[in-house]
Amino acid sequence: MAFSGGATTTADPVTPVFPARRADVGRRRAKRRRGLIAWLFMLPLVAVNLLVIAGPGVMSLYYSFTDWTGIGAANFIGFDNYRKMFHDNAFGEAFLHNVWWTIFFLIIPMSMGLFGAFLLSRLRRFLTLFRVVYFIPYIVASVVSASIWQNLLSPEHGIGKLLGVNFLGNGSTALASVAVVNTWSWWGFLVIVFLAAMQAVNPSLYEASALDGANSWQQFWHVTLPSIRPTLMFLGLMTIIWSFLVFDYIYILTQGGPAGATEVLSTLQYRDAFENQQAGYAASIGVVLALISGIVVGAYQMLRRRRGWEI
Amino acid sequence: MTSTAVPIERPRPRRAAGNARAPHPAFYLVLVVLFAFALGPIVIFLFNSLRTQSQLATDPLGFPTHPQWHNFLDAWRQASMGAGFVNSAVIVAGTAAGVCVIAGCAAYAMSRLELPGVGSAMAYLLISTALPVQLFLVPLFFLWTRLGLYDTLIGLIIIYWAIFSPFATLLLRSFMISVPRDYDDAARIDGASEWGVLFRIILPIAWPGFLTVALVASLSAYNEFLLAVTFIQTNDRMPISTTFFSFQQGYTQNYALISASGVIMLAPMVALFLLLQRRFVDGITAAGLGG
Repeated sequence: MAFSGGATTTADPVTPVFPARRADVGRRRAKRRRGLIAWLFMLPLVAVNLLVIAGPGVMSLYYSFTDWTGIGAANFIGFDNYRKMFHDNAFGEAFLHNVWWTIFFLIIPMSMGLFGAFLLSRLRRFLTLFRVVYFIPYIVASVVSASIWQNLLSPEHGIGKLLGVNFLGNGSTALASVAVVNTWSWWGFLVIVFLAAMQAVNPSLYEASALDGANSWQQFWHVTLPSIRPTLMFLGLMTIIWSFLVFDYIYILTQGGPAGATEVLSTLQYRDAFENQQAGYAASIGVVLALISGIVVGAYQMLRRRRGWEI
Repeated sequence: MTSTAVPIERPRPRRAAGNARAPHPAFYLVLVVLFAFALGPIVIFLFNSLRTQSQLATDPLGFPTHPQWHNFLDAWRQASMGAGFVNSAVIVAGTAAGVCVIAGCAAYAMSRLELPGVGSAMAYLLISTALPVQLFLVPLFFLWTRLGLYDTLIGLIIIYWAIFSPFATLLLRSFMISVPRDYDDAARIDGASEWGVLFRIILPIAWPGFLTVALVASLSAYNEFLLAVTFIQTNDRMPISTTFFSFQQGYTQNYALISASGVIMLAPMVALFLLLQRRFVDGITAAGLGG
């Protein structure tokens, strides 16, 4: 209301010909002024967003149709970069590794998070202690977590030496080893979020099912899981998206090796952009990654709307 | 649920509920195994930071019987962690302050100022939080080089502002919506400007939201790796994460010293987390539950 005051008092009492119209104009002007001020408050966000995300995002789309090396001019080559992906073995392998990673993360960390949270939701004592400890790996920086596990898995000093396995250096164990390391830093987050969702479940549901003689396992399947479905779906969606974008642990622990055994789309893109002078091709990989996120989010939104799931 | 018709007056429900809540011993076993999985690697890391390289080679998982405290000093010097911490402090403070200002203003506009097109603004923010860094990384790198922002702290801070602000805005908006509107209407009638309302009415009430946003932004900026390693090249300008990374990747094969520098790096965040545990968990949970 503060901004409409000035406009309405100028309504001239001598000319009452179109009083309603004049007040209307004043109100509209005041409204426009308020809208302008509101957008002024949005300006910092819009500015950095355009500069960092939207602008370069659109540039990526443009460069994905060029043979840009990163320096000099970019020539338009149509869909060649996208066509190249279909025949590029490195791309295909990396994509399959991402799919493998997605399945792994939908199964292992998800079930650890679910069971951990379910057990914690039953606890009456030490709840805070367990929750804090489970969460600590999540706040450890990826560079440090990677180093912790590099030590542990090392064939020279660590479990690797005791078991005689070169976890990260062997093509058949490397990807799974990196996934375990990433799981270690990730699952505590899932516990915390699932626990928050489980604590919001109506306790009378548990009491009623206990009366029916349901044991803990049955309660987990028939009460807890259906009750936290929105959270479960949301984290499942996030897991899929993040699995296609995974970068840190692979880049730090194996750089995609040995011999491409742990190469994923992000590390492939990084190498193409900054080592192989294939910025155009790298941009097209970025566009594909964004498309994958977009498709997953779109499918999720559609499911939500059609089946009425609320977050 | 419908098959048993238990009279409500009977005292059984309480007992039954008690039974359901009393944890089976196996519960504790699983919880302790998970506890060991979470904490074990960190404890071993801590032990390693107090041992010597030769001890590590002979007995990988041993206890530090003669703690080598000087490892920390050596690691601090050799990895030039002092400079890394100064740079990280600048980056973390700049990021947290900037995100609070940018997201605070935007959230205020969206929750209080009847922003025209608020629906599309919301949708755009949601899309922004879902867009991968990988989409804009490559052109951003070359844009930053051209603008002279590559290899500067402010360049990295601006990127963090852009990336962390959308989610922070959504979070702060939900905090601000819960502040009763009567308060700011009363202030406006008393002649307060929009800035005045934001600073004198909204901020004092919504400050837990700002603290949460600042904490989450600080943690993310401190730990961030992909952008830091891409956009900072000069050693003296590296934040602690890439300082540690280059020390670890460097010529030194002394894992005791690498462990010591890793412990130094994770100590401040773990301490901050233990201090402000509740607020961290709230912020992270909000992220996980979709804002």
